[in-house]
Amino acid sequence: MTPSGPTAPADSADRQPAPAAATGTIPLVAVRNIVKRFGGFTANDHISMEFMAGEVHALLGENGAGKSTLVKILYGLLEPTEGDIFFDGEKVRLASPEEARARGIGMVFQHFSLFENLTVSENIALVLPRTEGLDRLPQRIDEIAQRYGIVLEPDRPVWTLSAGERQRIEITRCLLQDPRLLILDEPTSVLTPQEADTLFATLERLKQEGRALLYISHRLEEVKRLCDRATILRMGKVVATCDPKLESARSLAALMVGAQIKEVKAAVAHPIGGARLEIRDLTLPSAEVHGTALKRISMAVRGGEILGIAGIAGNGQSELFAALSGETKASAQTIVLDGKEVGALGVTARRQSNAAFVPEERNGHAAAPDLSLSENVILSRHATGGLARYGFLRRAAARTLAKTIIRTFDVRTASADPKARTLSGGNLQKFVVGREILREPSVFVVNQPTWGVDAAAAAAIRQAIVDLAARGAAVAVISQDLDELFEISDRIAVIHHGALSPARAARETSREEIGLLMGGADGQHAH
Amino acid sequence: MRIDLEPRPKASRTREIVAPVAALLVAILIGGLVVKLLGKPPLQAFRVYFIDPLTEGWSLQELAVKASPLVLIAVGLSFCFRANLWNIGAEGQFIAGGLFGGWLGIVTHGGSGGAWILPAMLLLGALGGLLYAMLPAVLKIWLGVSEILTSLMLVYVAQLGLDYMVRGPWRDPMGFNFPVTVNFDADATLPLLVEGGRLHAGVAVTLAVLAVAALVLSRTLFGFEVRLVGDAPKAARFAGFSDRRLTVTVFAISGACAGLAGISEVAGQIGQLQPSISPGYGFTAITVAFLGRLSPFGILIAGLVLALTYIGGEAAQVALKLPLDMTMAFQGILLMCVLGADVFTRYRIRLVGRSG
Repeated sequence: MTPSGPTAPADSADRQPAPAAATGTIPLVAVRNIVKRFGGFTANDHISMEFMAGEVHALLGENGAGKSTLVKILYGLLEPTEGDIFFDGEKVRLASPEEARARGIGMVFQHFSLFENLTVSENIALVLPRTEGLDRLPQRIDEIAQRYGIVLEPDRPVWTLSAGERQRIEITRCLLQDPRLLILDEPTSVLTPQEADTLFATLERLKQEGRALLYISHRLEEVKRLCDRATILRMGKVVATCDPKLESARSLAALMVGAQIKEVKAAVAHPIGGARLEIRDLTLPSAEVHGTALKRISMAVRGGEILGIAGIAGNGQSELFAALSGETKASAQTIVLDGKEVGALGVTARRQSNAAFVPEERNGHAAAPDLSLSENVILSRHATGGLARYGFLRRAAARTLAKTIIRTFDVRTASADPKARTLSGGNLQKFVVGREILREPSVFVVNQPTWGVDAAAAAAIRQAIVDLAARGAAVAVISQDLDELFEISDRIAVIHHGALSPARAARETSREEIGLLMGGADGQHAH
Repeated sequence: MRIDLEPRPKASRTREIVAPVAALLVAILIGGLVVKLLGKPPLQAFRVYFIDPLTEGWSLQELAVKASPLVLIAVGLSFCFRANLWNIGAEGQFIAGGLFGGWLGIVTHGGSGGAWILPAMLLLGALGGLLYAMLPAVLKIWLGVSEILTSLMLVYVAQLGLDYMVRGPWRDPMGFNFPVTVNFDADATLPLLVEGGRLHAGVAVTLAVLAVAALVLSRTLFGFEVRLVGDAPKAARFAGFSDRRLTVTVFAISGACAGLAGISEVAGQIGQLQPSISPGYGFTAITVAFLGRLSPFGILIAGLVLALTYIGGEAAQVALKLPLDMTMAFQGILLMCVLGADVFTRYRIRLVGRSG
């Protein structure tokens, strides 16, 4: 675990020549003492890193550790306050993404920038230089496909494609520019395990061609499998550089967090009751243009049980959540809470039936960023927490309740009652989860409970969910994180294209089986 | 070299207070430049516009009388604007209020009178503005029609409607063919607060509404709902608030306020209906609402500032032969500056790339 010294594998001589030489010991790209300050906040604090040709270099760190800032600097989106960038040992300035691309830096973003209504090849043509004719494009797409095993259907409109297929468009876009350093930001977060395998094969091929890869991921098993070197950031500083293959996922996580992570304690044995939350044959058309319609969904969650709902983003999770919370209404008999038909009732009435909900988006959905925490308590509890009387707010009661949530769930705040936006992702998530769990709901529905949350907060949130179920509540957890679902669920169902698979007992299924369902196996849409 | 707008990490109270003041100063500078281009002395114009009206008792009363409708309309609009609904048609709702309330003033003319007439007129005025504001609101929630267009265009309908009534059915038969209605009786006229002055009871009505609005916004669940919808519409839906109901409610509030302002103007300083009852109060109130940062206290201050430009504008017309359009131009400049300054409270400018 030394902070310097390239660990280039010994077989570098066998590789095809890199697009512009630079094998051996001169790094293809290097950053030295990069400092980036935003006002008084230092996002990057004297970071030095090297990217060798033919090497996959992982960049690890929790949210807010400074990964995105560093990557944006490398891609010309931000200028460093101090420090230098070297290309082939020569100092360069990257004032814009155009310059970065011209130097041979490509980036695949976590969030795709594709036009839904255009076809695959039209989307690819959009990023080509103006001077390039379109006549050779099909041929070039074909070449890339052959060389890297990237399967694309050029004439399909993008809105019909899965996340994995969309990502392939983004990667093809980058490869057409022949990058020497390819940056991938959380590339597997939207993929099924099987799609991820296909991606790894492509990346392996790129590596063998002598390209450098910068790989950002929070999935440590993946990093161990794919990457040759890992640099770990914590609070803007490099805390370690290591060979991830020699580390365990636990030791890497500990380096990222700076402490040992608590594991979620399994719930004590508790009785499983009758169904408290049921969906009966729910079909809902999509409210938005390219949204997902829900198709004949049925499920039941019993008291004391956690049902995990797996699926790749955009397969109907938010629509299912909205139907459960009452933000979208359906016909009365489709949703049943503790024996009561509530499908046609709104969110307030369902809360009054003692259900509680936590949506995916913290800022703007679960909480209003510019309101204080006590006002955010009023947001979801005005009808159930005694926080309004005769139409007047009871602010003192709201502040007391906020204080209780902050104390019980260890929410770190800078002042007594700050605005929601000033909290870190993990702390705000603990707050919104705590706000609902403290009510002791009999039914609890949460969408992506620990998305983008630091490891310690994620563990605390999962523990709170497990404990709630142990006290007899029926809990439905919608999540893209399979590790999370396997850690806390009793049963797991998969949502794909708006349809929900039957739930399987978590102990009797495997990641592979769930992964296949996420990709649409079961006969309908194989990849 | 390019210019970036970078979000500020923290909101600052000071900056939020300084921004409208800075906007006012910049608008005065630009206004001065325009006066200069018109070939008039800018410093003297500044004095006539902004200093002289503040030095005499009668003009201070006049200031309150002019500020009153602006503040009343703007307070109503602030509910709409906070909820991200753009009611641009307060001018029309103002006129509708004048028409509804004014009707009672006309039909009770020469009658036996009574103390009920004036309150009934005010209520009718508020009702008229409210109903007129329901048109854009209902069109929006039923058919998804942009409220910006409908509310704005309904202004012209109201203006022409008023014009028709005072030239046609409601014209004073003893009025020498002037397009005006009868002068309202004393029981249909707002009493003066100062003997022999201009200050009428409408100003007190405005202050009362302002106080109630402040209370509603800060202390009630409904006020919370309005603020929440503006800040995070998805969170408001999650809170269980219905955006359709809110749309109707805030349009009702802003319409009623504008209508009340309309009838106060008609029953207050005008005393009858005539083809024009507003020098554009309904539009100027939009500037007032934003200059006042949509807060009741801010709106009170901003209303006084904008009222000053009306009075100063009239004085400048006499003293410097500056066209009255200068007043409207200045109000427009001021609105642009306020909106611009608003951006700087949330973002800062950064120059990216030292070229070379």
